[in-house]
Amino acid sequence: MSDDMKVVEDLTQSEYKWGFTSNVEADEAPKGLNEDIIRFISAKKNEPEWMLEWRLKAYKYWLTMEEPHWAKSKYPPIDYQATKYYSAPKKMPKLNSLQEADPELIKTFEKLGIPLEEQKHLAGVAVDTVFDSVSVSTTFKETLAEKGIIFCPISEAIEKHPDLFKKYLGSVVPPTDNYFAALNSAVFTDGSFAYIPKGVRCPMELSTYFRINAQNTGQFERTLLIADEGSYVSYLEGCTAPMRDENQLHAAVVELVILDNAEIKYSTVQNWFPGDKDGKGGIYNFVTKRAACRGRNSKVSWTQVETGSAITWKYPSCILQGDNSVGEFYSVAVTNNFQQADTGTKMIHLGKNTRSTIISKGISAGKSDNSYRGLVKVNKNADGARNFSQCDSMLMGDKCGAHTFPYIEIDNDTAIVEHEATTSKVGEDQIFYLNQRGISTEDAVNMIVNGFCKEVFNKLPMEFAVEAQKLLAVSLEGSVG
Amino acid sequence: MITIKNLHANVAGNGILRGIDLEVKKGEVHAIMGPNGSGKSTLANVLAGHEAYEVTGGEVLLEGKDLLDMAPEDRAREGVFLAFQYPVEIPGISNATFLKTALNEIRKCRGEEEISAKEFLQLVRKEMDKLGMDEKMLSRSVNAGFSGGEKKRNEILQLAVLNPKLALLDETDSGLDIDALKIVSEGVNNFKNKDNAVILVTHYQRLLNYIVPDFVHVLYKGRIIKSGGKELALELEEKGYDWLIKEDEAVGV
Repeated sequence: MSDDMKVVEDLTQSEYKWGFTSNVEADEAPKGLNEDIIRFISAKKNEPEWMLEWRLKAYKYWLTMEEPHWAKSKYPPIDYQATKYYSAPKKMPKLNSLQEADPELIKTFEKLGIPLEEQKHLAGVAVDTVFDSVSVSTTFKETLAEKGIIFCPISEAIEKHPDLFKKYLGSVVPPTDNYFAALNSAVFTDGSFAYIPKGVRCPMELSTYFRINAQNTGQFERTLLIADEGSYVSYLEGCTAPMRDENQLHAAVVELVILDNAEIKYSTVQNWFPGDKDGKGGIYNFVTKRAACRGRNSKVSWTQVETGSAITWKYPSCILQGDNSVGEFYSVAVTNNFQQADTGTKMIHLGKNTRSTIISKGISAGKSDNSYRGLVKVNKNADGARNFSQCDSMLMGDKCGAHTFPYIEIDNDTAIVEHEATTSKVGEDQIFYLNQRGISTEDAVNMIVNGFCKEVFNKLPMEFAVEAQKLLAVSLEGSVG
Repeated sequence: MITIKNLHANVAGNGILRGIDLEVKKGEVHAIMGPNGSGKSTLANVLAGHEAYEVTGGEVLLEGKDLLDMAPEDRAREGVFLAFQYPVEIPGISNATFLKTALNEIRKCRGEEEISAKEFLQLVRKEMDKLGMDEKMLSRSVNAGFSGGEKKRNEILQLAVLNPKLALLDETDSGLDIDALKIVSEGVNNFKNKDNAVILVTHYQRLLNYIVPDFVHVLYKGRIIKSGGKELALELEEKGYDWLIKEDEAVGV
């Protein structure tokens, strides 16, 4: 091994800092998946009959499907009967009071830097906190309600806003969409719901923080955001999990609906436990995220920083249905050790003069594999559609892989589609140059990598961008070459 | 300032430096000349600590400290600066961020406080002005999309701002037109004083019209085969290297 490689190896050996476990007494479903389990979940949540029917229908459909394996990731068959599909803390906070909550639960979120009490929060961010299968607190609900904004756990939306919820549930990602979406539709437990009324600009960032804690438990949350005409909202999502030897399943569904002249900005920092240095453990992250730009001049912007998970299978997509609608996808995906990421987007141009931008930055270190997979589709009626895609990959060391799979389907002659792709190695020469100016190798690598990701970080809300940079440094600690 | 004794170095197993002896005192300017492949750039890179070069023998002392024992960043912090022949591009990192980070690392090592943003800007603007550089270069990514001349000026800007003890200039004159050459040379002349030293590696005598050396050394096959004053450079310009090489080979036999 050359000295450079040694440096790379040293730099990528970092510890996952969010890997602690909490002893929160839990109310759990037994392992396994069958109709009774789905009835159990539905009953736990006091759901109306129609919701249970919806779940069971999804479950029956799921049984007829096969687990997809077209992604580049390799993993042993998943035993869906070995997972628990419901786990909730026994002592939950009640009615905006934390007094009855398990102190261990409060401590957990404090350790993660996500205090559950409203007054301790950064002004300007409302947070829904999801612990295993349930939402444990949502801050600033009243402040938001004054503007007519609904921001609440999904289970509460089913109960209190059934018409709105029913109208949009599954309208962007139907239960039959794909294997993991069907599974999620059958067993989803919680997640966030937001509705921004006509003409309202949401005065604060909405945010959901997901934490998996219980062992052998999967997390299956749904998020549904609706931006009514002329509204705007910026939404943030973060997540962590304990370090465990076994793989845990996370299969989420996110649906965004954007009406005329409305805009949603959706940012994710995905930091699930990636597994240890030898590839043991880690979260299987199989997520379906899709935005429907239904209205004219509507806009959606996905920004994601993916550093965690053993396997990531995720393609936040945009259906550009309204004329002049705009879809954007900005992504940084970092893989280290034995992580495998297969991520990208789909831009489906249906309306006239629809525009999309894809900026994807993949960074691979250790023995990891990082793939960009993206589809740009222009329908025959989508006159004047435009797309620009840029996919850059950076390699650290010589044992990792970077792959780009762009799919382009054009059925309209007026479309203009551009695709650029580059692959580079973190250059020894760049590192030496910075070393020669007094900058240590670790700092040099951070500078180079941050520079590489700058276009994407610039799209993140300020505090999140700082967080993302730090996270990147930790993810790649000990990994340069 | 720096004492080089019997320095040997390999690249990919080939001996490139084969016994260099050189003493550079404070306030001196030394020019290293020689034909292509004689080891000039290797010498500069070995002193800066490039990992591609393996030191196989000898010793180098920087003000009495063992230079070869230090990591490249520590050499830089101790005051060794290499102006690169081909400065690399680092996309996404602004020149200002890069330069400020470097300066603070070096100040930390000197036991000084971090420079304030205001002081830093004042310092950089002053030096950029001297080098005829547009202030916009500060917000551009390090060397990205710079012309050859801009890259070299940017190296001299770093030299001026970081103010090292020993400046190694590796073919700083290559790729410069005459106007740029004058500006860059002026930058080096402004830098040098009685407390620091300059080693400049060059192919051509041309640069030495502007930066006048106290000593000129001719490197051939990894050894210094001739040393002299500034007039040696003129002689080389006139006669080439062949006469020296023949002389050396005759002695060798």
